[in-house]
Amino acid sequence: METYKLTVNGEPKEVSVDPGTPLLWVLREELKMTGTKYGCGISACGACTVHVGGIATRSCVLPVSLVEGRAITTIEGVGKDPVGHAVQEAWVSEDVVQCGYCQSGQIMAAVALLKSNRKPTDTNIEESMGGNLCRCGTYVRIRQAIKAASQKLA
Amino acid sequence: MEYSRTGKLWRALVVLALSGTACFGVAPRAFGQENSTKREAGLAAWQQVYSVLTHPRCINCHTATSYPQQGDDRHPHLFNVVRGPGGKGVPGLNCGTCHQGANADSTGVPGAHNWHLAPLSMKWQDVNNQILPSGEVCRSLTDRSKNDHLDAAGILRHHQTEPLVLWAFQPGKRRDGSARSLPPMTHDEFVAATRTWVEAGAPCP
Amino acid sequence: MSATSLFRKESGVTRRSFLRASAGAAGGLMVALYFDLPLLAQPAAKTYPPDAFVHIKSDGSIVIQVNRLEFGQGVQTSLPMVLADELDADWSHVVPELAPAADVYKDPIFGIQMVGGSGSIAHSFEQYRELGAKTRSMLVAAAAEEWKVSPEQCRTEASVVHGPGGQSAKYGELAEKAAQMPVPDKVKLKDAGQFRLIGKKTRRLDSHGKCDGSLKFGLDLDLPGMKVALVAHPPVFGGSPKSVDDKDARSIPGVVDVFEIPATKNGKAIAVVADKFWTAKQARDRLKIDWDFTGLEQPDTAQLREKFKEIAATQGNIAASRGDIKVLDGISESNRLVVEYEFPYLAHSPMEPLNTTIRFDGDGAEVWAGSQFQTIDQMAVAQTLDLKPEQVTFHTEMAGGGFGRRAVPDSHVQREAAAIAKRFKGTPVKLVWTREDDVQGGYYRPMHAHRVEIGIGADGMPAAWRHVIVGQSITAGTPFAAMLIKDGVDETAVEGASDTAYDIPNFLVSAHHPTVNVPVLWWRSVGSTHTAFVMETLIEELAIRAKADPIAYRRKLLKADAKNLRSALDLMDEKSAAWRHSLPKGHAVGFACHECFGTSVACAVDVSIENKRPRIHRVTVAVNCGRAVNPLTVESQFQAGVTFGLSQVVPRGAITFKNGMAEQNNFDGFTPPYMADAPVAVDVHIVPSTEKPTGCGEPPVPVISPAVVNALGKLTGKRYRSLPLVTI
Repeated sequence: METYKLTVNGEPKEVSVDPGTPLLWVLREELKMTGTKYGCGISACGACTVHVGGIATRSCVLPVSLVEGRAITTIEGVGKDPVGHAVQEAWVSEDVVQCGYCQSGQIMAAVALLKSNRKPTDTNIEESMGGNLCRCGTYVRIRQAIKAASQKLA
Repeated sequence: MEYSRTGKLWRALVVLALSGTACFGVAPRAFGQENSTKREAGLAAWQQVYSVLTHPRCINCHTATSYPQQGDDRHPHLFNVVRGPGGKGVPGLNCGTCHQGANADSTGVPGAHNWHLAPLSMKWQDVNNQILPSGEVCRSLTDRSKNDHLDAAGILRHHQTEPLVLWAFQPGKRRDGSARSLPPMTHDEFVAATRTWVEAGAPCP
Repeated sequence: MSATSLFRKESGVTRRSFLRASAGAAGGLMVALYFDLPLLAQPAAKTYPPDAFVHIKSDGSIVIQVNRLEFGQGVQTSLPMVLADELDADWSHVVPELAPAADVYKDPIFGIQMVGGSGSIAHSFEQYRELGAKTRSMLVAAAAEEWKVSPEQCRTEASVVHGPGGQSAKYGELAEKAAQMPVPDKVKLKDAGQFRLIGKKTRRLDSHGKCDGSLKFGLDLDLPGMKVALVAHPPVFGGSPKSVDDKDARSIPGVVDVFEIPATKNGKAIAVVADKFWTAKQARDRLKIDWDFTGLEQPDTAQLREKFKEIAATQGNIAASRGDIKVLDGISESNRLVVEYEFPYLAHSPMEPLNTTIRFDGDGAEVWAGSQFQTIDQMAVAQTLDLKPEQVTFHTEMAGGGFGRRAVPDSHVQREAAAIAKRFKGTPVKLVWTREDDVQGGYYRPMHAHRVEIGIGADGMPAAWRHVIVGQSITAGTPFAAMLIKDGVDETAVEGASDTAYDIPNFLVSAHHPTVNVPVLWWRSVGSTHTAFVMETLIEELAIRAKADPIAYRRKLLKADAKNLRSALDLMDEKSAAWRHSLPKGHAVGFACHECFGTSVACAVDVSIENKRPRIHRVTVAVNCGRAVNPLTVESQFQAGVTFGLSQVVPRGAITFKNGMAEQNNFDGFTPPYMADAPVAVDVHIVPSTEKPTGCGEPPVPVISPAVVNALGKLTGKRYRSLPLVTI
């Protein structure tokens, strides 16, 4: 067990866990923040995506010992960012979600894309979102929502 | 780690080899037994280097395609990971999205500082993922217009100190807890072979 | 207020006769099930007290109980829409809740609380209309009494009752008094022209919570003192541990206990209980278990494929027969087609791994689960805990997908959870199946082999059709067998072929149901997942052979009375004509149409080949689902459902067995479609209809694989008889 100081959505947090504990489980079980989801545990699906140091990161494979002071943003906090807010709004207005379980991760990936590129092409969208699984298959509406958010942010 | 008999023999030769300054790209027109021995030693050392470069731990990121490879069977990296403009993936799916600055043994994901793909100019495979022949890789490695302007000393330094190169020799554990397979020699041996090759004028077969 | 206390005895028509009538009228797999539940004391309610479904609070918010799981299909928006429309409610006041297990929430047709068979709207449409109308009537009665006017003089709009003399009262103000009014036996429902919500595109009510991390799924549940359990399952179904070394596992701080529990197919598994998921996972990983597989069949895909192929060469139990199949033998070889198809096991792999939380209190229990089968699961938990079902409070959690995986007749996950919870009286225990458990844990869409012999007539149409289907029975050994297995044929294995809408005069479908040591289950659209592939690829092949347009060929071959399917075909034709006739080079179009669960679907797909994979540029899909309650839900279901259907086509879309064990264990080995595998654009067109609504949960799935393969075939010249498409 080791103690780690983390910054999550701008707030300081302290946890005492095994160093190998993935950030996903630190968020969900130590900090009771269940918006970030467990889908596979092997970084295949992206449901666990958060931002660490501004980079979209799959928290299920990130041992908390490797966070090393970088700021963490989760789905619970991404709405404070204007891009995050625009993406969430677009997701609602375009009625993207079905079961919704993958959507925290989808949104975090989409926010990373739009923060870096306000006018992504279809190819940009497909490459950036291409590693996020949606078992229900909402990809068509995800594309639509990203374009809608992009227009709003223009 | 496996230690081939051939490796031992060549190592002995390397130890006995002349140490001189590496003269990159211009082989002195020498005559006689000594220089051809040196060239032979250099070529032999190059084969050692090549055997490491073409091991999955290295070649998986030296692809000619828009994606890296993974695993000992060098299959295309799963999860639709792409090269991206700078070899670092794309926003939302960067290399750093999963690969951190060190191996994550608790989750089976390899990591090292600045995890990224080698540029396309440093491809050691063709577009069908077939490994390029020894001579081609050698010429590409020593082409300063392709290798980020590294001279002989630079290549040696790259092999000695580049984190991603070092990583190949300490690649961490897989998801199932087993150790990832290692290149056919230790990092020290790899550096020594590089030195021999470089000092022989970096000859290519 | 307990919902069960509101139960009233059913009146009049007995359940069984009511159900039989429904089954006859509906066709397709609108099968009515009589569920024999020896432990369940009370039969399903046939009258539905409004106060079990609608709670109007004094602040005006209208809480509506949804009688089935929401797992993506949008029911927690569409059923409330139906009720709110008849209620004349202000839609912005509506708050849906997923109802707990109770008799009053049982599906009116199926007789158990469940979601499946694409039945949500189809079965509860009239029910929820009545509930809304009755509630409205009671609100009006309350207002009328207060104002001393007659109810007929009042009108309602947007949660307000208006009186003849300008009086008005909000629903929230009237609620308490309304609840005391007598529930009317009969109410007048709106004419369709009066609908305000039904038929209008309406956004989902659960979007915000699903987009900001606040909505909790079953896996997210956190209760004081809760423990987490993981189970090490035998890698061969039915296996049991010979020896367990749990020293390392127990040495991890936070591990509470390690013990044996029963598992699927009379197997035994080892449960690990710890304070947290990661602890439990570390502990489970350190278990050293020596498994005993003595006497167990160890499935092997290569062997099974051969065996199934052999069996398919012989006639099975007859599923459908008309005309004289011997006509086939009289047709010359050059006019005969003999084709064999193969389909693998498929995992459902809903995005939220399976989980159940149970707290056992000795004289009762509380369960939280995203269950498609509340009645059955509640009973299973009760059985395991030696309780009566009414002693088990069963909460329905929002679920991250299901596709049939959360509707398991043997409730195996709930039984595991109960067996574990039983040892920790007073402590809630959350059982979690990891993704590995899910991919390897069985209950797959069965593998199948088909063998079809077609005799083609002089007119290019199929004159005779002999079809053998081989695959495990999904319902054998379950309470559903009584209704779904007839004369040795499991309906769920042959639907889509045996009941084809094509008018083939000499027609014989038969089935074999081998037993294999792999548990199987219905996978979204069930039999149609493979039968539609066979039918629609063969029909297109026959059309091409006859040098006919595939749409015209289908029109000619469909039964004259297949009105709904024809309407979908016509609409698809109309909406895709422009792009079909201007396809760029390297693109091809493929078609498919299929009717299942009472809904008719036709699609056209635009496919090219990129990076050695099919690239689907566009899908135009037309659907006849009767009256579309929420056209936005219908659009979503089809856009997303066709992508789900592509699970069958993507190269790693198969579960295979070697030495008794599944070879895949996570999304790296069993890989569902990602965005690049999905169509770029899907346009959905609904046939205007005022008929009773039919479901859209499953109908999108069967058409896409054959349509894509039909298009691919035009590009590669190949025929695709085996799924998934590992190479093209």
